[in-house]
Amino acid sequence: MTTETIFAGFGGQGILFAGKLLAYLGMNEDKQVSWLPSYGPEMRGGTANCCVCVSDKPIGSPYVTDPDVLVAMNGPSFDKFIESVKPGGIAIIDSTLVTKECARTDIRSFRIPSTELAAENGLPGMANIILVGKLLKETGIAVIDAVRPVLEKLIPPKKANLIEANMKALALGMAL
Amino acid sequence: MPEFRKPKSLTDVPFHYCPGCTHGIVHRLVAEVIDEMGIENETIGICPVGCSVMAYDYFTCDMIEAAHGRAPAVATGVKRGNPDKFVFTYQGDGDLAAIGTAETVHAAARGENITVIFINNTTYGMTGGQMAPTTLPGQVTQTTPYGRNPNVEGFPVRVCEMLATLSGVALAERVTVTDPANIRKAKAAIRKGFEFQKNKQGFSIIEVLSTCPTNWGLSPVEAMKWLKENMVPYYPLGVFKEGAIR
Amino acid sequence: MERNLMKGNEALAEAAIRSGCKCFFGYPITPQTEISAYMAKRMPKIGGVFLQAESEIAAINMVYGCAASGVRCMTSSSSPGISLKSEGVSYMAGADLPCVIVNVMRGGPGLGGIQPSQSDYWQATRALGHGDFQILVFAPSSVQEMADLMSLAFDSADKYRMPAMILADGLLGQMMEPVTFASDEIHEHTAAEKPWAACGHGGKRPHNIINSLYLQAEELERLVVERFQRYETVKGELHMAEQYLTEDAEIVVTAYGSVARLAKAAVDSARAQGIKAGLVRPVTLWPFPEQEVRDACRNAKRVLCVEMSMGQMIEDVKLALGCRLPVEFFGRTGGVIPKPSEILEQIKALNAKEAE
Repeated sequence: MTTETIFAGFGGQGILFAGKLLAYLGMNEDKQVSWLPSYGPEMRGGTANCCVCVSDKPIGSPYVTDPDVLVAMNGPSFDKFIESVKPGGIAIIDSTLVTKECARTDIRSFRIPSTELAAENGLPGMANIILVGKLLKETGIAVIDAVRPVLEKLIPPKKANLIEANMKALALGMAL
Repeated sequence: MPEFRKPKSLTDVPFHYCPGCTHGIVHRLVAEVIDEMGIENETIGICPVGCSVMAYDYFTCDMIEAAHGRAPAVATGVKRGNPDKFVFTYQGDGDLAAIGTAETVHAAARGENITVIFINNTTYGMTGGQMAPTTLPGQVTQTTPYGRNPNVEGFPVRVCEMLATLSGVALAERVTVTDPANIRKAKAAIRKGFEFQKNKQGFSIIEVLSTCPTNWGLSPVEAMKWLKENMVPYYPLGVFKEGAIR
Repeated sequence: MERNLMKGNEALAEAAIRSGCKCFFGYPITPQTEISAYMAKRMPKIGGVFLQAESEIAAINMVYGCAASGVRCMTSSSSPGISLKSEGVSYMAGADLPCVIVNVMRGGPGLGGIQPSQSDYWQATRALGHGDFQILVFAPSSVQEMADLMSLAFDSADKYRMPAMILADGLLGQMMEPVTFASDEIHEHTAAEKPWAACGHGGKRPHNIINSLYLQAEELERLVVERFQRYETVKGELHMAEQYLTEDAEIVVTAYGSVARLAKAAVDSARAQGIKAGLVRPVTLWPFPEQEVRDACRNAKRVLCVEMSMGQMIEDVKLALGCRLPVEFFGRTGGVIPKPSEILEQIKALNAKEAE
């Protein structure tokens, strides 16, 4: 079983971090994983995306062209990738920023106002983590208890206070 | 009375330099300093591309031949890997001040703990006397057959003055070897450079105004005279910077 | 053994340190800059040296000097920077000096782009500088291999006294995968193992001269010929390739580096559709694993070479196969990554041709 995910949005939304979180979670579940970012000038203020593969067997292509899961956090990313999602796949969309409805009927799409939710719940900048919560719920790649040790590894000690906020955002997403 | 003999740090290989060329004197001074400081066993010399390209055959310490202009970078690599060893480069004006300007300036700016012996004879000797970055205004060379015209070929580079502006430089001194008094001063300057290195006090460069009778079209005696009358006024002798940077 | 999630560039840098690399000289250029950044952090902690040079030319010449003094050292860059380094690489080859050079390839020519590419194959395997010489070229295909090939590159460079290159690309450099290191220890190497090194003779031996200048034509010829005899030894000892489902393969894909992974995915899809496809992936590009490629193609009817270039390795594939099989090419260039589905279409087309 292989799950290929594309995270896409603006630079600054934590797109690459969300992808890393998923990759670490996969690795801690003893899966094969890969994380491939877009890089270059487009990172700075422009669109950012990353491909994450989580699999039971060695990963062939780390470069994902037709994802099982799309997490889209802005309009351009939604437009760019929504048609590439595999039939039967999943699209998780930040509906605060993506106004367009998903027209595809052959995939499961979830419109979640995560930017708004993050603001309402005092979790600024954690719209990405809310969406990861939803992703974990829908794919079953990891359970919430598996997340804390990963966050502890990913978040530097001087920012340790962010761990609780991340856990809260994740729980919020998983409850949706 | 002390006996005049070849420094221990020079091999028995006869120099290939032209009659009246001052490379031989400067080689000897470097070797004498190495002998007097007793550091031959722990010294690595870097040769340039130019007339002194085969200096590796003349010094008894370990020697490395660098690409044209790259000696300060090569010396940096040796020194960083072996901070307790002595490293010197021996470079001409085309090598140091034209093709290798970047390497020279940045080794100096980093305060690289090496000693640079810079031979300024205003010409590319090995290739047959073309214009160098230090060729004087009006000077005839193979590539300035009507004399160096600053409006066309620009102006000569005063290396010591330029490098003296850099914080990494512990010693920038210009000397010459036209007579015994100047030869003594030149040796003292080279010694100073190696002493700065010994005490890990920064980059040192000793610029030696030198002759090239063959390419200047002068006899050895005339060449010495030409140097004093033409080069020294443009390239004043003296210390441009002196003092430990660390 | 602990699995660490690391970028290819970082894994490579860490592996270099564990292989005993003591000095790193570099210059920033995308997409390899993480190597420099990692070295800048780690080297001071292990008593090593990180130095940001004023240019690629200076960096390779620092490596030249450092290697000449017997210290394990390296540099890294990406395509345009490697062109600048070619001067120093030629001098190192001419002076028989070992070092590791990393090229995290990006699109060219000229300033080109910054996306992944394989268009420096010829430069690496044919002409990384002027003169008659070769360098060792290793082509990792995963982050783990970025790490594993590093110590082999250093050891081989020392053994054969020649520069070794890790030829990666932006995709491998930037991606993260789990990686494990064979040991936590740093392998120490000293100049004592290199009696030829110019590190101060200590009064114990005649002076060593590191040099590539030989003005007597016959002497230079003799040295070059001797060097090429050494290259023959290397060819006999160092040739590596991975074969995947080639046993009964009628369509064999040849690809190296990151592209081989994409090709592998395409081969899997082709197999799922009943096509007998396989893959052979050269791991050493010089020496080219000719025997392994021939072996992989023993039952092949057609061969497809896939590269992120206009077709460079294909020449070595054709030479290895001696024109006995039709070799077709598929590639994307300029930084465009070929899709596994595109490669699959090519495999299917070849299979259909064969069926006719």
